Amino acid sequence: MIISNALSLAVREIRRNLLRSGLTTLGVVIGIAAVIAMVNLGEGATTRVTGDIASLGRNLIIVSPGGDHNSGPGTTAPPFDVADAESIAREIPGVVAVAAVSSQLAVAVYGNANWPTSVLGTDNAYFDVREWSVERGRVFDAGELQAGKAVCVIGETVALELFGFQDPIGASIRFHKLSCKVIGVLDAKGQSSFGQDQDDLIILPLRTFQRRLTGNQDVALIFVSARSGQLTGKVQQDVTALMRERRHIPPGQQSNFQVSDMKEIVNMVESATGILTALLGAIAGISLLVGGIGIMNIMLVSVTERTQEIGIRLAIGAMERDVLMQFLVEAMVLSSIGGIFGVGLGLACSAIVGHYLDTPFVFNPLIIIVAVGFSCLVGVVFGYMPARRAARLNPIDALRHE
Amino acid sequence: MTNARRIKATGSSPLIRLRGLTKVYGQGEAAVHALAGIDLDIHDGEFVAVMGPSGSGKSTCMNIIGCLDVPTSGEYHFRGVEVDSLSSNQQALLRRHYLGFVFQGFNLLRRTTALENVELPLLYRGFGSSERRELALAALDSVGLTGWETHTASELSGGQQQRVAVARAIVTRPAVLLADEPTGNLDSTHGREIMDLLTEFNVSLGITIIMVTHEPYMAAYAQREIHFLDGRIQQDEARSLRGVRR
Ligand SMILES: Nc1ncnc2c1ncn2[C@@H]1O[C@H](COP(=O)(O)OP(=O)(O)OP(=O)(O)O)[C@@H](O)[C@H]1O
Ligand SMILES: [Mg+2]
Repeated sequence: MIISNALSLAVREIRRNLLRSGLTTLGVVIGIAAVIAMVNLGEGATTRVTGDIASLGRNLIIVSPGGDHNSGPGTTAPPFDVADAESIAREIPGVVAVAAVSSQLAVAVYGNANWPTSVLGTDNAYFDVREWSVERGRVFDAGELQAGKAVCVIGETVALELFGFQDPIGASIRFHKLSCKVIGVLDAKGQSSFGQDQDDLIILPLRTFQRRLTGNQDVALIFVSARSGQLTGKVQQDVTALMRERRHIPPGQQSNFQVSDMKEIVNMVESATGILTALLGAIAGISLLVGGIGIMNIMLVSVTERTQEIGIRLAIGAMERDVLMQFLVEAMVLSSIGGIFGVGLGLACSAIVGHYLDTPFVFNPLIIIVAVGFSCLVGVVFGYMPARRAARLNPIDALRHE
Repeated sequence: MTNARRIKATGSSPLIRLRGLTKVYGQGEAAVHALAGIDLDIHDGEFVAVMGPSGSGKSTCMNIIGCLDVPTSGEYHFRGVEVDSLSSNQQALLRRHYLGFVFQGFNLLRRTTALENVELPLLYRGFGSSERRELALAALDSVGLTGWETHTASELSGGQQQRVAVARAIVTRPAVLLADEPTGNLDSTHGREIMDLLTEFNVSLGITIIMVTHEPYMAAYAQREIHFLDGRIQQDEARSLRGVRR
């Protein structure tokens, strides 16, 4: 029997049994759509979180005072100072930028508007390590840094909250009795995946910050940017050694500071979201399986009816292979229709949900192939296997099947 | 197809030849000897009526002749070819090209229209769609079902279904027509119409007909009457005259 005949027979059978065909197709659609949506969403989330962490700055190493969790309560580690940062920049090879940072919370006031935010004291190296640039205005000049002038660069959120649509450049804002001229507005970075608004800050020269706000020489954090990703491990070691020396920590004693490599954090987060993706994938796999069982059920329920049909066909002259061809084509047509709708639905779901979760849309062809392949396999196997068994019976046994 | 075509009449051997044919259902104490040794020759062009009480093995024998079932023991030759030696594909081709079967229980595809049911054997014979349609319409017309073509089998009465089954069996003009109580569900008027149709096929086209019936006046259309009893042939008599029709 020719293929076109088998195809027209199959299409006719599908139309004749719309309910059965529809349910079978539905099983395929749901299975495929679930897998694609789950996996795509998981990957979207991973991409977003790791992207966020990377936006902190590339090859970034953060040096902070304080021991690890083992250090007893009440032990306060001495802070760093500018000299520590300078020695890192001077003595450790492979370092491109070092920024000493201190911060404080403050309520900024401009005219009638006031806005609670955090104030950072640092220098221009901070913009380098965080790969951040000003959108309007400029960064600090050497004189301002040196002299500790009352100038500041503000984040997008602060600009909006205090100035609305006015131009902040040149205006003076006040906080902690300090009146400070705005010289630049930073590019918007948006929210981090931890829900923190990265644009909600005011940056002052470190010297200004120390003199006018804290009155001491302390530095809270040192940001170090390594020249390349391969160098971060080495730089981390060197910084640790250097700081132990500068802080006079005898060998064998625990450090009273931490040096963390952002790459490690990225890796950690990546593995965590990887687990999430795997988990979603597993749930999706179960829906695929359930869809498959649905298909199987429908196919098996109709076996009696179909066995009788096969008996009739055999009795009036169909060969085993004619019958098999018909059933195979039928199963494939149903699976393909289900596959197309399943992929469409899965992609649409991941796009829509991804839009609301604000995660990027990730297109993963492999998962589509796996999902479609599996569902079609189930559809074909369970459409085909009972047919094959029936087609091998004596026609009279197939006819009498109950 | 070529294999089946090779089944040619070999010399004077009968069209159908059964020797020591038995069929046993079940095992041990519960075994039912549906056929307990059948010897039978049927020649080309014969019109044979098979009679006998219910459960005497008529349908069982018809199914074996129709290559739908296999005997427990004994031989079945179709035109000198031993059917048991044919592969299942060859048997399918034998059914496709030589045999037409009217089942006691009709066995139509239920959700399929009368027309498509009748077209089905033509489909497997490789006829084109317009030819299939034309032949199927003619066959339905000959059993008096013009106007019912687009009704599905499940929408038809028992008698109408039976006539669709007859149309499906004769639409291919098979060499042998096996009819298991083809008029069992029909009133005598429709029954006689079907019998006239079969007789015409037998006389003008030389189609061999083996027909199971419980009605003597139906059997009277045949040239030969075989009586089954408890799985054996009890009586096998030829009629010199075609029965007293009407
Ligand atoms: N599939 C089967 N399994 C078991 N026993 C069977 C089967 N088919 C038929 N039989 C038995 O074989 C015997 C002959 O059955 P068969 O159908 O040939 O009778 P029949 O002469 O056609 O009867 P009827 O006139 O009622 O159609 C019966 O006793 C029946 O019970
Ligand atoms: Mg019977």
